Amino acid sequence: MNRGGFARDPRAENNPNKNAAPKKLGKRDTGKILRRLGKYLAAHWVLFTVAIVFTLLSNQLSLLGPQFSGDAIDAIAAEGGVNYELVLYNVGLMLGCYAAAGVLSYVLAAIMIFLSQKIVYSMRKSLFDKLTTLPVGYFDQHATGDIISRISYDIDTVNASLSHDLVQVMTSVYTVVGSLIFMWQISKPMILVFAVTVPASIIFTRFRAKRVRPLFRARSAKLGELNGYAEEMLSGTKSIRAYGREDEIVSRFDKRNLDAVDAYYRAEYYGATLGPAVNFINNLSISLITILGGILYMFSQNGVAAAGGLFFITLGGVSKFVQYSRKFAGPINEFANILNEFQSAFAAADRVFKIIDEDPEPTDKEGSQEIRHVRGKVELDRVKFGYTPEKTIIHDLSLLAEEGKTVAIVGPTGAGKTTVINLLMRFYDVDDGKISVDGFDIRDLTRGSLRASYTMVLQETWLFYGTIYENIAYGSPDATREDVIRAAKAAHIHEFIESLPEGYDTVLSDDGVNISKGQKQLITIARAMLPKSPMLILDEATSNVDSRTEINIQKAMSDLMKERTCFVIAHRLSTVKNADTIIVMQKGRVTEMGSHDELLAAGGFYASLYNSQFE
Amino acid sequence: MKLMLKYLRPFFGRMSVGLAIKIAGTVVELALPLILSHILGQVVAEGNIGKIFFFGGVMIICSAAACVLNIVANRMAARVARNFSEMIRHDLFYKIMHLSAKKIDEFTVPSLESRITSDTYHTHHFVGMMQRMGVRAPILLIGGIGVTLFMDATLALVMIAVLPFIFITVFFVSRKGVPLYSRVQVSVDKMIRVVREDAQGMRVIKALSKTEHERDRYDAVNRALVEDERRAGLTMGIVNPAMTLLMNLGSVLVVLLGANLVMGGRSNPETIIAFMQYFTQISMAMMTITRIFMLYTKSSASAKRIEEVLEAEDEISVISEEELPRKDGESFIVFDDVSFSYKGKRNDLSHVSFSLERGESLGIIGSTGSGKSTVISLLLRYYDVGQGSIRIDGRDVRTIDPSELHSMFGVALQNDFLYADTIEENIRFGRDISPEKIREAARIAQAHDFIEAFSEGYDRMLASKGTNVSGGQKQRMLIARAVAGDPDILILDDSSSALDYKTDANLRRALATELSGTTKITVAQRVSSVMSCDLIIVLEHGEIADMGTHDELLARCDIYRGISDSQMGGAIVE
Repeated sequence: MNRGGFARDPRAENNPNKNAAPKKLGKRDTGKILRRLGKYLAAHWVLFTVAIVFTLLSNQLSLLGPQFSGDAIDAIAAEGGVNYELVLYNVGLMLGCYAAAGVLSYVLAAIMIFLSQKIVYSMRKSLFDKLTTLPVGYFDQHATGDIISRISYDIDTVNASLSHDLVQVMTSVYTVVGSLIFMWQISKPMILVFAVTVPASIIFTRFRAKRVRPLFRARSAKLGELNGYAEEMLSGTKSIRAYGREDEIVSRFDKRNLDAVDAYYRAEYYGATLGPAVNFINNLSISLITILGGILYMFSQNGVAAAGGLFFITLGGVSKFVQYSRKFAGPINEFANILNEFQSAFAAADRVFKIIDEDPEPTDKEGSQEIRHVRGKVELDRVKFGYTPEKTIIHDLSLLAEEGKTVAIVGPTGAGKTTVINLLMRFYDVDDGKISVDGFDIRDLTRGSLRASYTMVLQETWLFYGTIYENIAYGSPDATREDVIRAAKAAHIHEFIESLPEGYDTVLSDDGVNISKGQKQLITIARAMLPKSPMLILDEATSNVDSRTEINIQKAMSDLMKERTCFVIAHRLSTVKNADTIIVMQKGRVTEMGSHDELLAAGGFYASLYNSQFE
Repeated sequence: MKLMLKYLRPFFGRMSVGLAIKIAGTVVELALPLILSHILGQVVAEGNIGKIFFFGGVMIICSAAACVLNIVANRMAARVARNFSEMIRHDLFYKIMHLSAKKIDEFTVPSLESRITSDTYHTHHFVGMMQRMGVRAPILLIGGIGVTLFMDATLALVMIAVLPFIFITVFFVSRKGVPLYSRVQVSVDKMIRVVREDAQGMRVIKALSKTEHERDRYDAVNRALVEDERRAGLTMGIVNPAMTLLMNLGSVLVVLLGANLVMGGRSNPETIIAFMQYFTQISMAMMTITRIFMLYTKSSASAKRIEEVLEAEDEISVISEEELPRKDGESFIVFDDVSFSYKGKRNDLSHVSFSLERGESLGIIGSTGSGKSTVISLLLRYYDVGQGSIRIDGRDVRTIDPSELHSMFGVALQNDFLYADTIEENIRFGRDISPEKIREAARIAQAHDFIEAFSEGYDRMLASKGTNVSGGQKQRMLIARAVAGDPDILILDDSSSALDYKTDANLRRALATELSGTTKITVAQRVSSVMSCDLIIVLEHGEIADMGTHDELLARCDIYRGISDSQMGGAIVE
């Protein structure tokens, strides 16, 4: 979570893959990704074409600028004094070119922004829409941070390449070719200079990049480690103090700090050569151009090189050539960078498409029935299930919950209690056996109608950023304000809510840090009070509410449970004691089943669990 | 900025050397257009090829020298930035680790986090960048202006007239644009929040068939984000075209005016060519200076935030025994009419008095917000009492050196703190404790068996905040940590709430037999966790509602009986 991220861009700093080397993709993968990316561009081909045309136009204009300024200088240096009219003419053209280029490049920037916003919008949308169709298990197996980095950082990377780099490449190619043509027209021999400097530049930047990139990667990784460590330790200041471990922790921090600044230094040490060296190569070509240009100009002046001949050059020509050579060098230096950016964009696109290609939760099969007016008789018949085929979690589970009865599931962590809930709600389908509601196999029912007949309160309280009112009314869009208040009162949270300055309109921010865990759970209980579903699932629902509050809400809970079929998972034996049937699960099997009294009398696991509270 | 200067002072010597080298490198580079103009002007006119090669050679040498000098200077700058950050981060982290709980509450943990991560990063970045570009750009600017003034004052003045416009444009557009980017950041956070919420709550969303609703909710934030990005982009997009345009306008002016000057015989074409070169250089420098200026604003805000922490005055200090004299011959732990308030308004704890003998056990029970954890916080002196006094062995806790005070305790707190390291290290917690002792502590805490069941045993790596173990396992490791140091006083603050009754019972039995000499304080919501204590305090709204043994309280305290009945189903009274 990006807490307190003041000036931090979570896309840049929290992305776990930022430091990972761009994955090498196979040729066929690259082709596939390219085609899919192409589709996003193709959807906006009009804008894209306009962008390309504008790019070329504005480039052409800025290429023409030096042409006219060179001509103007020639007119100034004209034999027999300044040709003022010609100067004015060329200056006018310069002005026109530059102004037009300025306007065009802003319009182009605007078009690119519109284009790229359209692309990111639709990519984010398709990724998110996909997320909502995935089975819940996907979110158990994948870290939220990873999903977030794909939907923010990766999509931004792809978009940057698609909208920016692509145009940049075209501009670069155009500029390079254009300048080359102009320079060719000015003086063919002087182009020879680039035979020296261009290869030097390419070789150097490639070589450097290879050497420096891992160092920069290490730099971000070490900084990330340091920040992670600091954040972790800051969350435990009280414990650290209680044990008097401050100095120990500081010295461990120092070690990571040293690693981080050293990695930074190493990266900078080599990185520091890049700028000056590229500058050097540029300066070198200007020096060589000056020497060659000077000689040719001299020959042209004293008549050794014939006017209009291969070696002839004017002073304005030399000036133009120097300016074009600068334009020419820029993109060449950039080339290696852009290539690398394309590579990481492909890797990012691959990660985005991976989610889009995930198998969604299967759609309801043909002829699935809407279940209405559920009475609430639930039967599990020899159910077998595992999240993966290799590991069976539930073995041969049979169970009958009569209409309006309460079934409590008790057992140690990992016994498969939560899995039973997943199966009841059809977040997963059974591997063998069947589950039926009112005699219908739940696989023949639509998921929507099946789930609507349950109300669920989970151990993990889930609240979203929004007002308390919205959070309580979340599952029941038709609820009136009175309904919500009634539910809150029943859950014994009304007084607390009213004590807040904004009352029911208080916004629960950042994971609801401004209220306690117990209060959060009461809000989710209030949420469950609203819908009139015939069946209820409580998963450790009151584990965070302290005992006194629990007494208070017990009546509300028993109201909630009345006349509904209930499945209750709880550690607190007081919560399960009154259940009609208690099943004890161990390692995916039911080991005991019966009422509280029966189980106590049997003297098994349940009895020993129950009696241990009096020891 | 005072802070930055203070930390940079030790490096002033090295920085000056680096600066000198940087200046030399820049000056050499500045000479290039001058030589170019000289070659094309005088040398060509002389018709001496050798001289062309000579001056061309000088150009190449200057280029090479500039390159080498700049590299050396950049590396020195990186070294200074490195040392600067190392020092400032150490001092900041050290200070934070020693801040009082009250100060930490005031700053808030997220804010401290961002100060140590992003703020130190910004200042580091600035110190490096400042040395690399902060020297070069002004020299290019001033040097360029100087040389051009020397070459032709009139032309130079025209050129200089354009510069303020560049600065003003960039400055104002950025001033408008930067807040727009902050808004983008806010929108990004909102978008990410929806994704995070939904990824974590998919079970609930599907159970309530709200996927359509969530798609709409996401669509709204997605749209808002795109809109904000567009607005920011359109504003900041002005900068580059406008700057290029202004630079180009400047060169048009130079040509135009140059033509007039040449016509009047006061200048020559070569000068104009050189001028065009200088003009490009100078306006680039102007752009850089503007950027440095923006960066300065940002990093000085960061520096200020770091400074606030470093200069925070800490109230918690050791008070001499003359002021708070020792009281001999009283119980081991004494709370003497203690009142306390976190915010200085309503009392969170009022007139709490009790005493505990060495080796006795104390249970504290009460509802959320009744002040249970506050009692512990005061005993550990995270906060100072508002009124009354807390004494251990007759000594007021305010007179005991914090490290000595804390060495008496073994504490398992409610806010579990496990970190990314091995289980063994998490229990050891940087103390000098033998592996055997750690295993013994784990055995007492009922943690040994499940730890051994991991394939890596005690070497198993925990994830940050212990997210890869269950709540009950976390609590048992924390208890093992508390027990491992053989403390005089063991504090368990709601630290067995996730254990099932059986494990909880085993734990209490082990603590009673293995740590019989230790004074134990247990804060709990479960009656069964405290019922065997020598003394049980029932807290209600920060006051002691009643205290006594389990049987006494059952007989006379309604609150206690209520809690007990709800948990034990009345079975005990029958």
